[in-house]
Amino acid sequence: MAKKEYAFYPGCSSQLKASASNYLTSVNSMCKTLDVKLTEIPDWNCCGASIGYAEGGELPRVAINARNFALAETHLPGQDIVATCAACWLGARESKERLDNNSVLMRDTNEALAAAGLHYKAEVNIRHMVEVLIEDFGFDELKKPVKKSLEGVKFAGYVGCQTNRPFGIDGESFENPKYLDKLVETLGGEAVDSYDQKVTCCGGALAFSEPEKSQKQIRDIVESAYDHGAEMIVTPCPLCQANVEVYQSEINKKQGTKFNMPVLYYSQLMAVAYGGSMKDAGLDGQLIRAEKLNAITQK
Amino acid sequence: MSDHNNQAVARYRNDFLKEVEEHVEEGEWVKMCMQCGVCAGSCPLGAHWEHTPQKLFMMIRAGKREEVLRSDAMWMCTSCYNCVVRCPRHLPITHIMHGLASYAHRLGLAPKNQPTREFAKIFWDNLVNKGRVNELKLTLALYFKDGLVQGIKNALAMQSIGLGMVKAKRLNPMEIFGGHGLRDLKGFQAIVAKAREIEDKKKGYTN
Repeated sequence: MAKKEYAFYPGCSSQLKASASNYLTSVNSMCKTLDVKLTEIPDWNCCGASIGYAEGGELPRVAINARNFALAETHLPGQDIVATCAACWLGARESKERLDNNSVLMRDTNEALAAAGLHYKAEVNIRHMVEVLIEDFGFDELKKPVKKSLEGVKFAGYVGCQTNRPFGIDGESFENPKYLDKLVETLGGEAVDSYDQKVTCCGGALAFSEPEKSQKQIRDIVESAYDHGAEMIVTPCPLCQANVEVYQSEINKKQGTKFNMPVLYYSQLMAVAYGGSMKDAGLDGQLIRAEKLNAITQK
Repeated sequence: MSDHNNQAVARYRNDFLKEVEEHVEEGEWVKMCMQCGVCAGSCPLGAHWEHTPQKLFMMIRAGKREEVLRSDAMWMCTSCYNCVVRCPRHLPITHIMHGLASYAHRLGLAPKNQPTREFAKIFWDNLVNKGRVNELKLTLALYFKDGLVQGIKNALAMQSIGLGMVKAKRLNPMEIFGGHGLRDLKGFQAIVAKAREIEDKKKGYTN
C-alpha cells in the first residue's frame, strides 16, 4: 500500500497533449518517488476557472465544483481532494467555503446535483499539491530522496497569484511567501531571494483577451528574474507557467528584448533531483529548454 | 435582456445600492468600503481602469447606475486577489468586480466587443460543451471572434507559438475533432442547466 493516498483533481490543462501535460508527467514521477498514490476523481469536470464568472454566474460555478466533490466522496471516500492547478484549487476551495457556510446555497446546489443523481455531503477537504508536500511531508522528508543536487542553478521562485491569494499556504505571507525558495534550497539549488516579482500577476486569462496589458506584466516578471541573476523561473501554477514561458518570443518580437528564460514547475525540479530522466520530469515539454536541468539528468 | 433591465430600473428607481446588494454576487459588501484606495493601488491593471474599484463603490452609492454597468472597468480584473488580501475591511473585491461585470453582461449593458467579456463567454460555452476545456477550440474561437479574415491574421501572427506547443506535445491539433470530454456529459449539462434555472428564477431573470 502506498504511504499516502489522495483523490486527484488534475484539471483541464494537465490532460494529455494539453498546455500543462508536462506538469502532470513530472507530478507523477515525483509522487512515485514519494510513494504517493493519486487516484483521479472519476469523470471530473472543469472548475470554471475565474474567467467563468461572466457567463457562468454563481450557482452554476459552485454546482460544477460540487459535482467533483460528490464524485470524490462517493468513489474515494475519506481521501482529500488534491489539485495541482492553482485555478482548480481556488475554484474548488472557494466553492466549498461558500457551500459549507451558506445553507441556502447548499440546498440549491444539491437540487442542481440531483439532476445527475449526485449529492454533496460536505465531507471532503480540498488541498493543493504544494500543501501536501509541505504539510504531509515537510522539507526534511522531501530532501531524503534527493539523488542529484540542483547545485549551481539559480532559480527565481515565482509564486504568482492564485496559489498565494486569497487562501495561500498556511503560515506564509501574501507579499513574500518563502516556500518555493525553501523547496529550491531543499533540492540543492540556489534561490534568488531578492527576486521582486514573486507575487506579480501574469495577467491570467487576460493574456488572451488583453495581450498587450498582460505582456507588460510578463515582461516585468521575466526582466526581474534576469536582473537578479536567475537562470530559470520556477512556479506552482500552470497558467503562470504557460503565460510567462510562451509569450517571451512575442515580447522579443514586439519590444526587441532577448528573453530566453526557462519556466519550470516545482515538480519538474523535484523529479530531476530525485533522479528522473528528462522525460520523467517533462523537460521535453519546455518551449524554452532548461539546458542546465537537462544536463543534470544526464549525470 | 433589456426587459430585465427595464424591470430592474422600475423596481429599484434611485436605489442602485439596493439593486447591487440583491443582484450582484457579494454585492452586500459594497456599503462597507471606506474609500481608502488600497485596491486601486494594488491592481496590476490599475492604470487601465476607467473607474477603480473604490470609485465604483462610491458611484454605486451615488446611484450612478448607467455609468457603473456600462463601464469597461471591472472587465480589467485579472482575478489576482491582491485587492482582496490587502483591503483593510476584507471586502471580497475581486468577487464584487466579477459580480458587477456578470450582472452588466446579463442585463445587456456591458460594453459591446469588450474583449474579456467576449472571451469569458467563449470560455464558459467551451467548458459546458464537453465538461472540460478544449484549449484548441478556445484559442481558435478567440482568434476568429471578429470574422474569418481577422481570424486568419491572428492565427498567422501566433503560428510559431502554436507550432512550438504542438511540438512540445502541449497542444493537439486533433482536438478540433472532439478531444477530452466527460462520460456523463448529459448529467453534467443537466446540473449546469438546473443551477442556471434556479439562479435565474431567484434573480428574476425568467419572464
